[in-house]
Amino acid sequence: MTPLTLPVSRRAFLRVSALAGGGLLVAGLFDTEDAAAALRGERGPLAVPPADDPRLGAYVSITPDGIVTIVGKNPEIGQGVKTMLPMLIAEELDVAWSQVRVEQAKLDPDNYPRQSAGGSTATPTNWLPMRQVGAAARAMIVGAAAQRWNVPAADCTTEAGVVHHRASNRSATYGELATAAASIAPPDLAKVPLKDPKTFRIIGQFTRGVDNHAIVTGKPLFGIDVTRPNMHYASFVKCPVFGGKVASANLDAIKALPGVTHAFVVEGGDNLAGLLGGVAIVGDSWWKVQNAKKQLKVTWNEGPTATQSTEAFAKKAAEFFAGPPQRTLYRDGDVAAAMASAPVTVEAEYSYPFIAHAALEPQNCTAEYVNGKLEMWAPSQSPQNGRALVASTLGMPAEDITVHITRSGGGFGRRLNNDYMVEAAWIAKEAGVPVKLLWTREEDFQHDFYRPGGFHKFRGGVDADGRLVAWDGHFVSFGEGERFAQAANISGGEFPAMFVPNYHLGASVMPLGVPTGFLRAPGSNGLAFVFQSFIDELAHATKRDPIAFRRQLLSQYVAPTPVAGQPAPQAFSADRMQAVLDLVEAKSGWANRGSLPKGTGMGVAFHFSHRGYFAEVAQVTVSKAGAVRVDKVWVAGDVGSQVINPSGAEQQVQGSVLDGIAQVLAQEITIKNGRAVEDAFREFPLLRMNQSPPVEVHWHLSDNAPTGMGEPALPPVVPAVTNAIFAATGKRIRSLPLSKHDLSWS
Amino acid sequence: MNITLKVNGQSRTVDVPAEMPLLWILRDELDLKGTKFGCGAAQCGACTVHVNGAAVRSCRRAASTVQGAEITTVEGLSPDGTHALQRAWDELDVPQCGYCQAGQLMKAAELLAKTPKPTDAQIDAAMNTNLCRCATYLRIRQGIHRAAELMDAPTPERENR
Repeated sequence: MTPLTLPVSRRAFLRVSALAGGGLLVAGLFDTEDAAAALRGERGPLAVPPADDPRLGAYVSITPDGIVTIVGKNPEIGQGVKTMLPMLIAEELDVAWSQVRVEQAKLDPDNYPRQSAGGSTATPTNWLPMRQVGAAARAMIVGAAAQRWNVPAADCTTEAGVVHHRASNRSATYGELATAAASIAPPDLAKVPLKDPKTFRIIGQFTRGVDNHAIVTGKPLFGIDVTRPNMHYASFVKCPVFGGKVASANLDAIKALPGVTHAFVVEGGDNLAGLLGGVAIVGDSWWKVQNAKKQLKVTWNEGPTATQSTEAFAKKAAEFFAGPPQRTLYRDGDVAAAMASAPVTVEAEYSYPFIAHAALEPQNCTAEYVNGKLEMWAPSQSPQNGRALVASTLGMPAEDITVHITRSGGGFGRRLNNDYMVEAAWIAKEAGVPVKLLWTREEDFQHDFYRPGGFHKFRGGVDADGRLVAWDGHFVSFGEGERFAQAANISGGEFPAMFVPNYHLGASVMPLGVPTGFLRAPGSNGLAFVFQSFIDELAHATKRDPIAFRRQLLSQYVAPTPVAGQPAPQAFSADRMQAVLDLVEAKSGWANRGSLPKGTGMGVAFHFSHRGYFAEVAQVTVSKAGAVRVDKVWVAGDVGSQVINPSGAEQQVQGSVLDGIAQVLAQEITIKNGRAVEDAFREFPLLRMNQSPPVEVHWHLSDNAPTGMGEPALPPVVPAVTNAIFAATGKRIRSLPLSKHDLSWS
Repeated sequence: MNITLKVNGQSRTVDVPAEMPLLWILRDELDLKGTKFGCGAAQCGACTVHVNGAAVRSCRRAASTVQGAEITTVEGLSPDGTHALQRAWDELDVPQCGYCQAGQLMKAAELLAKTPKPTDAQIDAAMNTNLCRCATYLRIRQGIHRAAELMDAPTPERENR
């Protein structure tokens, strides 16, 4: 049959067609670049591909035997999106979840929008579109039943993949109707009726990961598991100083070693997020390549950043703090006057270190270059950006690069950069054989895009009624001129901007030759620590209950003052934050914390990021010897009206909280002589089971569209723990990690 | 050198360097991808398999030391994915990214073989060697308790997912 296409709303298209051999195929287009351009009139109507076009990015197919296949379009990195997005479609399609098979889409930006895993965006951007696709497919199947029975569609109901016409006691399965449904005109996506949330059968249910069985039986799923005919294994040795280049290397000696088939120098460029200089070694076994690498002798041209160090960064920050900030990011009222008249003022300096992502699956990628075309298998969080990087570096059109999205063994933001993709592509092309590039753990630590460290100096003033009336902040970060290094930025509207009548936030930056990037709740993961700690200091300095002090602060909203050249501050609802603060106060037994023994204390913090509102209380015990144990964490979160998958949501919150505790306890990447010092789990400890406290999760459902879960629960736990340490010991933690502090008491 | 192993009940012979770790024999010579590479330094536990019934880090176990050994990997934990731990892991939805879970399962299987009804403290002591970057520890602990219960129960037919 002829495929149909219908421009159904300003931003969405739906395509339906028959499957070869019978059945229904439903493909949607939402917000793709081409669709947007067509709607702007910048290009002609979109071409409609035939049903068997392999490019057609279908969301749903239903075969006559009743098998429902739903495509998960986004990369799965452990955030549960390969389960969650298909749940949205299945709900409105009205099939039983047990009927559904889920397939991972390959990279196909012509047909799938935003195939990336970042910014906790999958939920807010797909909540409506995925349900609309499911509802449209259901409407067509109902239409086919109505046609067959010659009854009004409105008289038909559906349940678990079956259409019923109760009045005549007739029913038919979706499989029986699928082929006929392919010739029913698709409904207007924007107007297709969606279920009343009260009738959801899948959304809101504890739903297990669709890959669980494959995981527990050891099936190949991850990038590292890919194999290809004649596949070779590659290692790529880069200069430990970021961006350094190869001056010379003993390539002939390496090529003569057992198992080695190729060894060559890659010149590389200067973009720290692109292809860097190094030596590629390719062989018939990864282990043999590693052995050969031990014999590699490289003379490096380390370049201009070989002298940078963590120590020098701190020294530079101290110099900045001696003077005014380079520029102002936000200003309200008269800070100097308010500070002068405040009965209590407090001043403090804070800092946090560079940290690594340390995903358990080391960076890897498999690439095959044949006749000018590349095929790649990439555990990437942003495969489209990766393809663009490969295309521009290798000088080939992106259309000639096919990217298969594999499951990732953890992402945490590391795989938003695609250096491993461009390395694998370059090596495969030059070697002329299919190549699996796999980094070692040491390489993974030493060539990360680190969460940048940061330095903050604060002064705050509180009036006699316990109101925070003056705030002066100076953020020392990395960058050049008005540009912050990646993930080293701050928004002028960072809380408590707009809640303190006299407020100033300034910033100064120093240059950096270390690659930085997004780590779970980027920006927020460091900023929450310093802002919520200093707010806690002010509460204690004025002998206020830290929750009551914050409640007062949340009531002090002042409309923002625009600053030329700065984006408008992020919308922040004090009411939503107040609600989660109240909830966590009640659930944690905060009011009874006075009965805790000496050495045990509770701390509180809240933070808004990634559209999510989270307030958290940590209870911590510090032994007399100074050993810290987090006893328990209570979390209250508001991510809108609906928790889509309670299992995945709880996992993300618990994982985020434990991740944050690991950051507090002992994680730091030290830069010395221009390179990362720590290169093993022994030196950069992940949390272990016996350090993992219970994490109690409570939801405050609010009348807002659902938002993402991968990140916003992390930031508040960091200051909740350090504020609890203050409550337990009287010691204020102003720098991380705790392993650098003596917390002993008597 | 030629190394003959019994892997998941099958006799296999490979010709590899004597110092090649068991991990790479399993993954790249025998194409058993379930066992994972995390650090190569016996610090994370992702590569945990059973050698003659004991949980070991296969990334640091040289080929020459496993001549004639009986190896069990996650692929051989049960014939059809119905080991009590595998059922419990699915039922409680333990995995997040899933990368460490083969090692967690093999370590937990050793624990349950020795201690059929472990306490929380016994679980922590045994499992503390295995890192999970997603920090699924709370569910791993629950999963081991649940598997201990299921050990006594008859094996149900596996559901479709």
